[in-house]
Amino acid sequence: MSGETHEAVHRHPAPTGFVWKYIFSLDHKVIGIQYITLALAAVLVGMTMSVLMRMNLSWPGTNWPILGTLFPGGAPGGMMTPEFYLSLVTMHGTIMVFFVLTTAPQGGFGNYFLPIQIGAEDMAFPVLNMLSFWVTFVGFIVILSAIFFSGADSTVGPIGGWTGYAPLSALGQIAGPGQGMGMNLWIISIAIFCVGSLLGALNFITTLLNMRTRGMSLMRMPLTCWAWFTTAVLALLSFPVLLGGGILLLLDRLAGTSFFIPGGLYVSGILSGTNPNFPAHTGGSPILWQHLFWFFGHPEVYIAILPGMGATSHILATFARKPVFGYRAMVFAIFAIGLLGFFVWGHHMFISGMSPYSAMTFSILTLSIGVPSAVKTFNWLGTLWGGRIRFTTAMLFAIGFVSLFVAGGITGLVLGQTSLDLPMHDTYFVTAHFHLVMGVASIFGMFAATYFWFPKMFGRLMNESLGKFHFWITFIGVYCIFVPMHTMGIVGMPRRFAQFTEYEYLKTLHPLVVLVTVAAITTVLVQIVFYFNLFWSIFKGKRAGENPWDATTLEWTTASPPPHDNFAGHLPVVYRGPYEFAVPGAANDFVMQTEPEVTQQPVGSGRERTSGNGHDGHRR
Amino acid sequence: MATTVTGAKPLTKKGKSLGGRPGFPGGNGDGSGKRNGNEGHFSQFESSADRYRIGMWIALAAILMMFTALTSAYIVRAASSTDWRPIAMPQILLLSTALIITSSGTIEVARRKLKAALEDSYNRWLFLTAALGVAFVVSQLLAWRKLVRQGVYVASNPHSSFFYLLTATHGVHLLGGLIALIYLLLRTRLTERHDQALAKQHAVTDAVTLYWHFMDGLWIYLFLLLFFWR
Repeated sequence: MSGETHEAVHRHPAPTGFVWKYIFSLDHKVIGIQYITLALAAVLVGMTMSVLMRMNLSWPGTNWPILGTLFPGGAPGGMMTPEFYLSLVTMHGTIMVFFVLTTAPQGGFGNYFLPIQIGAEDMAFPVLNMLSFWVTFVGFIVILSAIFFSGADSTVGPIGGWTGYAPLSALGQIAGPGQGMGMNLWIISIAIFCVGSLLGALNFITTLLNMRTRGMSLMRMPLTCWAWFTTAVLALLSFPVLLGGGILLLLDRLAGTSFFIPGGLYVSGILSGTNPNFPAHTGGSPILWQHLFWFFGHPEVYIAILPGMGATSHILATFARKPVFGYRAMVFAIFAIGLLGFFVWGHHMFISGMSPYSAMTFSILTLSIGVPSAVKTFNWLGTLWGGRIRFTTAMLFAIGFVSLFVAGGITGLVLGQTSLDLPMHDTYFVTAHFHLVMGVASIFGMFAATYFWFPKMFGRLMNESLGKFHFWITFIGVYCIFVPMHTMGIVGMPRRFAQFTEYEYLKTLHPLVVLVTVAAITTVLVQIVFYFNLFWSIFKGKRAGENPWDATTLEWTTASPPPHDNFAGHLPVVYRGPYEFAVPGAANDFVMQTEPEVTQQPVGSGRERTSGNGHDGHRR
Repeated sequence: MATTVTGAKPLTKKGKSLGGRPGFPGGNGDGSGKRNGNEGHFSQFESSADRYRIGMWIALAAILMMFTALTSAYIVRAASSTDWRPIAMPQILLLSTALIITSSGTIEVARRKLKAALEDSYNRWLFLTAALGVAFVVSQLLAWRKLVRQGVYVASNPHSSFFYLLTATHGVHLLGGLIALIYLLLRTRLTERHDQALAKQHAVTDAVTLYWHFMDGLWIYLFLLLFFWR
């Protein structure tokens, strides 16, 4: 760089007032932290709901006086009603999927680190970026308002689950408590969320395509950037479908149309068309909603987990002190997973009465996702193989991610087969599967990312002892929660039942149910350690330098935390791939991406090193 | 340059010997880096007006997906029921179609006038486009009024539901385009006379033109879907 200052031409000058600096900030770093904060708040709500559900499942009929005080309608005398339980299921799922698993990995860490890792000063459209966060925030407020204004004081929201299956979701209050205003608020919240995510996705893709610094070719990007990019593409193409479906659903509810409502329905003792609360409908297709929803819903699973995969690859390489094994294969595997993710939505609908031929097609496509997933898993193992592993907390969580991804993914192969899915459908086996692979694995990816990037974000390290304590209890805890659930599912315990006291064949499972609850409560409690560590370390953590982990990518070339324009006026120039660890002949065991070429090649012809993996990934 | 790398001093020196202005080692990172590579005055935000064009293509992909979803719903709903009663086409929709096709032409002329640096002429054509856009919206509303007078409402039958839904969704997107046109019209008066602003104006105009063409094509598609497919 020839040394002139670039502050003058930076898109937006560093703001000074509190409001413009921290609230309506245009700085992608502040927006990233806002997203993470939103997720940290939302996850508390979601976790509390899951604990309430577990308590009701383990000790049905118990009086919880505090519950009776807080929700006199939903838990009269402190005893939870089934409707209250179902609304907890719905809100837990919705809040976790949308406002935690979609916001933190992509909106949070992606926003913060994608521009820095590609050497950009900010996102391509900073104003759009700010809007996308605030739109998402409004969506969160709307979903929270459903807790209080669901139209029935016996629930904390709609009772139809996060999938909002028609026709019950399309009928209104008549379909049950919470299905009136609660469902309206739910749809509106999701629609708002879709818009926010679309703005974000648009920004991510444009930034990555257009804002890479000199030398940052596509194949020199860290795998995190590939993951965020693919995630953004998935969001861009799947959220509009949910938005379209949501509009149709809202019209069915508010304008009397019949997109999803068939004729001749008999609900809550009333025949369609015989009551002003239940106007006549004809010819709608409930399955149509399922198609639209799952066309979004399956890519959404990858929206949640791909950023975790990216972070895991990044962190494994850094702490194994080795290049990512098979960088190109990893990139293509991310793409393959994203692409296949669009053609498998039918596997959520095997029992919807679809043609066995379609079911078989969906089944084969679903199982084929196992191939790129296995490529990723083996490459992670290959990255670890023979490395001088540094077992930091971030590394532990990244290894935990691999473990959970395998444990949760294996059962995907079971559920992906029609013949096995039919008996397993809507049992705890499914619950266990998607919680492990989509929920907990993604969250582990985010924990790894938090411990890894915290020093960059706040200039201080998180406490490693607390972190390791947090890891081990959480790791053991989640396995204690979700492994027994597989057994329950095989025995035939159905999802979304408030209690099982009526079922003789499930009585023997009760000790397992209690074990799961105890494990769940323990795991939730240990998160307090994480929150404490997080906030304590912001102020009291050990000071971190620019590059505490001896990592190679661009975010570690700048100050911690990075200045407003990320690189203090000097855009970095990239000469090599992202994971040059243990390069033979190099003075250090890591070579930064900004380090010029070793050989005497004239700069500009360094084509022999387009990817960072000129060697086979093994320590020599 | 990274200051944290410690063990590679001679290498850094070589990098510096190039006058701190290295070329493009391997990749073409920045989309427009080649143009600005040796000008010394390098900033992403001034060099990459392309991001408006790229961003617009990406936004169109999202809009396309939404209308694809609605189309699939349309086809499924039409094929899977016996209550589908196609509504008669309001003749005024032919006028709408003519208006929006014309406006697509006028905005293209405006864009070319801008490229030819004919500011006043650009202004006029842009204004004409906006006027045609408003006329299109009015024409659509007249079609709605005609249907309402015939007693055809949103919930009357699935075809009318889809008619109102698709025209409204298209209309909302078109209003977004109108706002963009008004923004461009206001910008022509405020434009600062230097290269950056000019590059941005061209890129934004390209993006809006693209959007407008897309809205045109989308309407023709919806028109055919609604009244000629089934």
